[in-house]
Amino acid sequence: MNINATLIGQSVAFFIFVLFCMKFVWPPVITALRERQKKIADGLDAANRANRDLELAQEKVGEQLREAKAQAAEIIEQAKKRANQIVDEARDQARGEGERIKAQAQAEIEQELNSVKDALRAQVGALAVGGAEKILGATIDRNAHAELVNKLAAEI
Amino acid sequence: MAAENASGYIQHHLTNLTFGQHPVNGWSFAHTAEEAKEMGFWAFHVDTLGWSVFLGLVFIFLFRMAAKKATSGQPGGLQNFVEVLVEFVDGSVRDTFHGRNPLIAPLALTIFVWVFLMNFMDLIPVDWLPMAAAAITGNEHLFFRVVPTTDPNATLGLALSVFALILFYSIKVKGIGGFLGELTLHPFSSKNMAVQIILVPINFLLEFVTLIAKPVSLALRLFGNLYAGELIFILIAIMFANGVVLGGLGVVLQWAWAVFHILIIVLQAFIFMMLTIVYLSMAHEDNDH
Repeated sequence: MNINATLIGQSVAFFIFVLFCMKFVWPPVITALRERQKKIADGLDAANRANRDLELAQEKVGEQLREAKAQAAEIIEQAKKRANQIVDEARDQARGEGERIKAQAQAEIEQELNSVKDALRAQVGALAVGGAEKILGATIDRNAHAELVNKLAAEI
Repeated sequence: MAAENASGYIQHHLTNLTFGQHPVNGWSFAHTAEEAKEMGFWAFHVDTLGWSVFLGLVFIFLFRMAAKKATSGQPGGLQNFVEVLVEFVDGSVRDTFHGRNPLIAPLALTIFVWVFLMNFMDLIPVDWLPMAAAAITGNEHLFFRVVPTTDPNATLGLALSVFALILFYSIKVKGIGGFLGELTLHPFSSKNMAVQIILVPINFLLEFVTLIAKPVSLALRLFGNLYAGELIFILIAIMFANGVVLGGLGVVLQWAWAVFHILIIVLQAFIFMMLTIVYLSMAHEDNDH
């Protein structure tokens, strides 16, 4: 238990070890540590950012989807309206056409009827004149009685 | 070892392998404790120096290996281990030491790991390495102490180195005048010049004792703890040679004390490191307290 020069040796060794540690051990290790800390912090930051981006993108997607749906609904609505309109138009057109055709037919019928009436009237006039001739036994001057005959014919 | 008596056994275990200049034998190894004493100051405890340097080299080698391969990517096992220690020391230094000095953290790391390794030798059963050394050298009475921190020279060497750093930084930061002022103008001061002159020696006495107490307490705390631990291991080891019952008890005690000692060796290394940081932090503080 003597105090002797051992303590000098111990001190020298101590300083050498400390210096070595300071020069060659501490700096690389602490640098690596700091760098890793920074890397991890950066990584976490990036992850956060990516998360935020993802959220934004999802929001955008949702919005676009909603918009597209609304647009589609609008288009369908418009198409329906248009279809109704076309059907209505067609119906109106058809009705008009039918009425026109009907009116034409009626006019034709009336015309025919009139012409038939005229012919009939002429024949009746002739028949009446013939009958009267036979009854009277005399010839009726056509020209003299034309007015009468025509009057008769008009009455029929 | 059973052949020797207990006190001889203990004595033998507490004597260093000393190499020095003996008045009669010249430069030689001391064969007895008395011879070692007669060598005076200029003698070296070869076992203490050898083991402490070897353990220091173990520390340097291990940590250098990790430092060389240190990456900021995924660390390997050794790097992980080293980083845990470095981070721990770095945290302790940053909590306590508020100046900027690139020496403090590596210094603290060296102290912590080196002192821990030196303390750790205490856990190796007390007879193994001395007996191995005796067998290798063929000298049955070879003195061989394997725990450097149970040698006051080792702990005092460390403490005095720290003390030198304390003085160096005190003077560097505060200047000679500031340092002397700190030693002489506190804790008592007076506006009256005459009173102040009387107070200076009193202050100096108090502050000087405070200053000197730092290395002494550093050295003796570590030495005392480890020396006592070593002594208890030696006492337990004596039981092994005294029958089955005592030997069996010795095994249990050896185990229990070793488990308890694990705490002590780490704690003492940590305390030595922490106090070094605190003392150096105080040396860097330039304010009047």
